Amino acid sequence: MSGSVSSGKKAQSAHAYTPGLRVSPLSRVWKIRRLPLPGEVLVNKDDKVSYDTIVARTNMPGDIRVVSAAAILGVEPEELPIYMKKKVGDPVKKDEIIAMYKAFFGLLKSEIKSPVDGYIEHISEVTGQVIIREPPIPVEVDAYIPGIVTESIEKEGVRIDCAATFIEGIFGIGGERHGAVYVAVDSPDDELTVDMVSSKWKDKIVIGGSYASAEVMKKAMSVGAKGLVVGGMDFKDFSDFLGYEIGVAITGREDIPMTVIITEGFGKMRMAKKTFDLLKQNEGELACIDGATQIRAGVIRPEVIIPKLDVDPLSLPEEAEIYVGGMQPGTKVRVIRAPYFGALAKVVSLPVELQKVETESPVRVVEIELQDGKRVIVPRANVELFEW
Amino acid sequence: MGSSYDLSKIDVEKMQVALATDVGSTTTKARFFKKIDGHWRFICAGEAPTTVEKPFEDVTMGLRNAIREVEELTGHKLLKPDGSGLIIPYQGNNVGVDLYVSTSSAGGGLQMMVAGVVKTMTAESAERAALGAGAIVMDVMAIDDGRPPYKKIERMRFLRPDMILLAGGTDGGTVKHVVEIAELIKAAEPRPRFGLGYKLPIVYAGNKNAREHIKNILGEKFTLTIVDNIRPVLEVEIVEPARNAIHRLFMEHVMAHAPGYHKLTEWVMAPVMPTPAGEGMMFRTIARMWKINVLGVGLGGATTNVYSVYEGKFVRTVSANLGMSYSICNVLKEAGVENIMRWLPFKMSERELRNRLANKMIRPTTLPQTLDDLMVEHAVAREAIRMGFEHHKLLARGLRGVQRKRTIADIFEQSMEEETYIDMMNVHFVGGTGGLLSHTPRRQQAALILIDAFQVKGVTRLMCDSIFMMPHLGVMSTVHPKAAMEIFERDCIVKLGTAIALDGHSKSSGPAVKVTAHMPDGSTVEKVVNYGEIASIPLSADQTAKIVIEPSSDFDVGTGKGKKREAEVWGGAGGIIIDARGRPLHLPEDFETRREMLLKWFRALDAYPESILSKEKI
Repeated sequence: MSGSVSSGKKAQSAHAYTPGLRVSPLSRVWKIRRLPLPGEVLVNKDDKVSYDTIVARTNMPGDIRVVSAAAILGVEPEELPIYMKKKVGDPVKKDEIIAMYKAFFGLLKSEIKSPVDGYIEHISEVTGQVIIREPPIPVEVDAYIPGIVTESIEKEGVRIDCAATFIEGIFGIGGERHGAVYVAVDSPDDELTVDMVSSKWKDKIVIGGSYASAEVMKKAMSVGAKGLVVGGMDFKDFSDFLGYEIGVAITGREDIPMTVIITEGFGKMRMAKKTFDLLKQNEGELACIDGATQIRAGVIRPEVIIPKLDVDPLSLPEEAEIYVGGMQPGTKVRVIRAPYFGALAKVVSLPVELQKVETESPVRVVEIELQDGKRVIVPRANVELFEW
Repeated sequence: MGSSYDLSKIDVEKMQVALATDVGSTTTKARFFKKIDGHWRFICAGEAPTTVEKPFEDVTMGLRNAIREVEELTGHKLLKPDGSGLIIPYQGNNVGVDLYVSTSSAGGGLQMMVAGVVKTMTAESAERAALGAGAIVMDVMAIDDGRPPYKKIERMRFLRPDMILLAGGTDGGTVKHVVEIAELIKAAEPRPRFGLGYKLPIVYAGNKNAREHIKNILGEKFTLTIVDNIRPVLEVEIVEPARNAIHRLFMEHVMAHAPGYHKLTEWVMAPVMPTPAGEGMMFRTIARMWKINVLGVGLGGATTNVYSVYEGKFVRTVSANLGMSYSICNVLKEAGVENIMRWLPFKMSERELRNRLANKMIRPTTLPQTLDDLMVEHAVAREAIRMGFEHHKLLARGLRGVQRKRTIADIFEQSMEEETYIDMMNVHFVGGTGGLLSHTPRRQQAALILIDAFQVKGVTRLMCDSIFMMPHLGVMSTVHPKAAMEIFERDCIVKLGTAIALDGHSKSSGPAVKVTAHMPDGSTVEKVVNYGEIASIPLSADQTAKIVIEPSSDFDVGTGKGKKREAEVWGGAGGIIIDARGRPLHLPEDFETRREMLLKWFRALDAYPESILSKEKI
């Protein structure tokens, strides 16, 4: 489901670029909740909805079954209609006879029973196949976030807006989940360990610090945690947890009862203090989380949304998801590649000339000052804007 | 909809200024060309993020940004004042452009499903046609693919292709099977990626006798195009009509549903091509102009495209999930961690390697800053190309299902028709494009990557793209082939050198080959290289040399074991690279022995700085 968030930054120039991960204490968050096929929208514009309100519903065409009827009856395909007991469009029940062939006064008899409930969709005189369509499959879409319906899209779905604390992660697995925020560590540097997992985690969105192992994930899931949000985890542990290796970063449909989100990257990585503090401030509040991640063609990042129902979302500015302008001396950034991966820094200068880095590649660089005061040069592609 | 320019009325010889763009999934790249002193030259590049996704949803925004960068860099005015297109033709005084063309792979490119009756016959021909048209093939369905009908239907409903190519049957043969596949497609009702009210295009290139049935079954629910049979008889494969129909439907349907594309199709003067089709077009032009067999690779962030033009036959394959950023973890998954590690001369924990690659996957635009990071990426590149080429060889093979007269020799070589017709000994040229290959800090690194990944044999010229320009020149060659080739030779091609690679192995570690090079300055250089080693004779990119290769009796360089071969070679950053490591190339399993060998090879070509080669552990 598509959605967005705005935090009130203004467009400054035509050179738009992708911003760093967004972490905002209060933003207007909106979600388009759309049906996969046209159907019925169940709520109206300006309605208030809860996260579990069903907002739209439709029926997906049922599965189909192909029966090689002519071959089973031992007749030519073009003769098939003669032996059919049902016509196209007729409803059928499982095990009901749909075709029958009799010869020699009934001494030779073969018949075909429907393998499923459904209706006859197609009888082919070329291939001798009969296609039976199963009953439609109902599909419902819920609101996912509590808020106000700001737009109703005829037969397709709705847009829902809410005011919320919004935290974007870098990678996740598992789909949409809801639960109260529970911070299980004292500081963003702390690791989540197996002995910390307790029954208190049941139904919670558990917040860790810098690291959690596959064992922690497994145990958290076994006690019924709804979500796990930490700074970093080993990539290998995701495979160990899921039981298969992830090849391409398109996630969110894993068949697991708990959603896992990392906020910084793979490996042991301290959760950004701002992110950690925001989660801490919201301890006990309802969080709507989604692990869905897609890096290519329409970037989707995992998210933690903590709705603020006492704030009218319409009182917050609505703007496009474009962070524009650029880096300037003083701009706060985060380094996103070795050798300073995860470091927070401020831009010192932006040299115009390409410079050679250790690899000997001439690249566009930025000079940054790390938090310990050390000044270093890194490729401009290796930093992202990040408020800290 | 579409371009309003009639190219037949435009004299290409009079053109002075040209612009070509590629709308990629993440970046839109503009390349600006001009005729200077009678020769076409590349002038400069402009790049900007692609704006096909929300919140922009208009590709022309990114295009304008990329073109504006060219304007800023050159002072040449290209865009109309209101931004509604380009100023065409060139008005003089640095205003306007005579030719504007574009390729596109935004939104994941052209994604197709293909279907045929027999997996190894019509379905394989259909796959070749779709790939040759620049598509990513999501699945290949066939009556005999081993999946029951309900599984096929399930799969079709899950996929959301942009288009389907349906083949099957020879003309006049049985219609039943191809109609069966059509019935499954109809029942599955696969939905296109874009637009709810959009009818999915289907190209039918099967038995002509089944056309009426196909129309009855698919005509109503889909946009059906019928073209000549791809396999009118078993012995013949004709892919052009299907390929052309795919290109046309790509323009008319797929692109028409992508945001802002209708504007782009009005701006351009020739049909917009899928990016890999442009790239492939250029490799075909090279093979045709130089009359050689060519292998090419486009190593991208998400995909690896391999092209071969071998004895006139063009085949393109795409390994959709082998790439250097978005799908880098899939290279890890498919190749296995050991196969990547084997190219590294230092120890690194498996956990660390996995984390590094996963971090590149989720932050695909970052660049390696440290040498160990660079070497890790180069190791992955070797494996991605190796696997991409393995995949390619499965399709670059003779038509199957054809009855052949078998000789005694054929009976002894039963697997013959299963194997590729590409003989590396007869591949004269290997070219690489894509960010990693174009940006290796030392060009010898790109040369070694190509040699190792393709395991070239005999005498092979090596090149890479200077900056990503091959798709641009490919689409340009459809209008002005002379200009495209001139720019290719002068500004696009970066000569990496020529590889002299020995086929075979020896029990002795002694001399494996003697190479005598008659240098352009009249001098003669002689080099004897031992088995298991690499050596290089310096020869710059603008020079050629005549060489005599004398392999020992265990090795072959294309003329038979121990037989002398003469050749004319070109130079480049790697010079004349004499690869006496033998084929197939073996890397020792033991780390210490392997490290010693890798270091010897890297040092022989001065491929990496000593500061990283001296590190044993990261």
